Amino acid sequence: MSIVTALLPFIILLPPFSGFGNQTDFVDGFAQAGVWVLLAVGLNVVVGLAGLLDLGYAAFFAIGAYTYAYGASPFSHNHIPFWPMLLIGAAVAAIFGLLLGAPTLRLRGDYLAIVTLGFGEIVPVVFNNSDKYTNGTNGITALYQPAIPGLFPNGFGFGNPVPYYITVAAIIAVAMILLYRLQDSRLGRAWMAVREDELAAASMGINTVTTKLLAFAIGASTSGLAGVYLSSKLAIVSPTQFGFTVSFTVLAMVVLGGMGNIWGVAVGAFVIYELQSQGLKQLNNFFASSGFPAIHLGFINIDFSTINFLNYQYLLYGLALVAMMLLRPEGLFPSRRRKAELHDVDDAGAANQELVEA
Amino acid sequence: MNLSPTDSTTGVTAPTQSGAALLSLSDVHSFYGRIEALKGISLEVRKGEIVCMLGGNGAGKSTTLKTISGLMHPRSGHISVEGHDVTTVPAHKLVRLGIGQAPEGRRIFGRMTVLENLQMGAYSRSDKSEFPADFDRVFALFPRLLERKSQAAGTLSGGEQQMLAIGRALMGRPKLLLLDEPSMGLSPVLVEQIFAIIRDINSQGTTILLVEQNAQMALQVASRGYILQTGKIVLADTSANLAANEQVKKAYLGG
Repeated sequence: MSIVTALLPFIILLPPFSGFGNQTDFVDGFAQAGVWVLLAVGLNVVVGLAGLLDLGYAAFFAIGAYTYAYGASPFSHNHIPFWPMLLIGAAVAAIFGLLLGAPTLRLRGDYLAIVTLGFGEIVPVVFNNSDKYTNGTNGITALYQPAIPGLFPNGFGFGNPVPYYITVAAIIAVAMILLYRLQDSRLGRAWMAVREDELAAASMGINTVTTKLLAFAIGASTSGLAGVYLSSKLAIVSPTQFGFTVSFTVLAMVVLGGMGNIWGVAVGAFVIYELQSQGLKQLNNFFASSGFPAIHLGFINIDFSTINFLNYQYLLYGLALVAMMLLRPEGLFPSRRRKAELHDVDDAGAANQELVEA
Repeated sequence: MNLSPTDSTTGVTAPTQSGAALLSLSDVHSFYGRIEALKGISLEVRKGEIVCMLGGNGAGKSTTLKTISGLMHPRSGHISVEGHDVTTVPAHKLVRLGIGQAPEGRRIFGRMTVLENLQMGAYSRSDKSEFPADFDRVFALFPRLLERKSQAAGTLSGGEQQMLAIGRALMGRPKLLLLDEPSMGLSPVLVEQIFAIIRDINSQGTTILLVEQNAQMALQVASRGYILQTGKIVLADTSANLAANEQVKKAYLGG
């Protein structure tokens, strides 16, 4: 997989990709996709591993991004380098994860989802209305770029997405290694037990409150990393970037990728992001230039060349989610365990059958 | 049945046995919201005993167990384990103090394998080198579980799930094992088996507090018993005396 990641940018040298307009668009797309991969593997800890439905995940993303804006922009008169800011952003997001989690994690299922949904709505609104501190709707602009002394002393620059791509690939690699270690740790087993049965978990000696809080904090910190990285790349943060659609999109990625499977979720996020940003764009380009005939059916006129497919992004998400739930509820790349969970009825029947025959 | 309640605030006197008190409850009142489910429960379990709690539906048997295991906290009264007050200690800490339980309805981790369930049972322990001995002990008590070691626990039969729930609790090396209706939903043959195993576990040194609807079986294995009725202890005596009590016979033993 790591080889695939390393070789991914070279895809632009191959047809048909070599034929598409601007080459750097693709690498830039990959660098952007990294944000979603980070968000998805982070949310996977909360939803997939610990089984807590979080609908306000974008809030921590926003907190990470605004933390970077405070740390490194002319607006705040601070210039802390990008690399320590990554850790600071993750830590700040984790702290907010704990703050949100402490009073709310006593709630279960639907109730927790509603509270997190509220939190996800509140955070951008607070950033929007605290003009004095966040520059309100206009957002904070001209954030300093990441720099590497010697290589990129003045920042990565805007024309070249390659250093961003390498940066995000490295962040993802580190995050995923840590998450895999966590999944196999004592804490990982505690998450699993809490997901299955909280009361039984408590009777096993698991502190369910701390266990859930840590899932929230760790998920939030991953989101904070994504926020710092994205804001440094775009050099701007504004409240509109972190609405409910972000939370929803990441959740869709986790579900489509395969809840609980770290690699599956990462690949799912990448594929979905590429399909929506590049695939739909290419559809636009294709129909705009192909001279595909318009369809006339009585009152209905469909002229593909004038349709902006990007507008149908969420419709497609919705359709994909419905189709997945019906056909493959365990996701595209399910974890072995999840697959067993969703199919255990059949398997149990088969197992009993075998016993009877044997 | 119309038994006169003993004075619960001063504690119920039952014939004493050897062994220091491992668990004692004094005048425990527990509530579900505004409903008082336990109206002053006082009881004692001494080291090495099997004690049973009997009573009809809604008598407060399971609530008593939940209160003991820290899943619920009493609004008034005191609970102590080996002399330490644990009234407000949360469930996960009580496990470390030696209170293990096979909760009502078994509550095994259905999507984990049998072995993983047993490992979860040992979650609170750090002495990993001792685990194999305890796995062996559980598998010796429940050979069925060894056969099903790597099977998803949710695919086990009811009896096997009950065995797993007890085995999982044993993995925490409890001093006191709380069993909530281990015979529920099991065939008569399996009930016999489970109770024989309960006796074995006790003879290996684990104290047991047993909640049962199957009074006949419970009084056979237990040395003492408490009878609960609408949140109060109405009778406390040795199993032999309880089994001979006319009112108990009428109400719980079928005549």
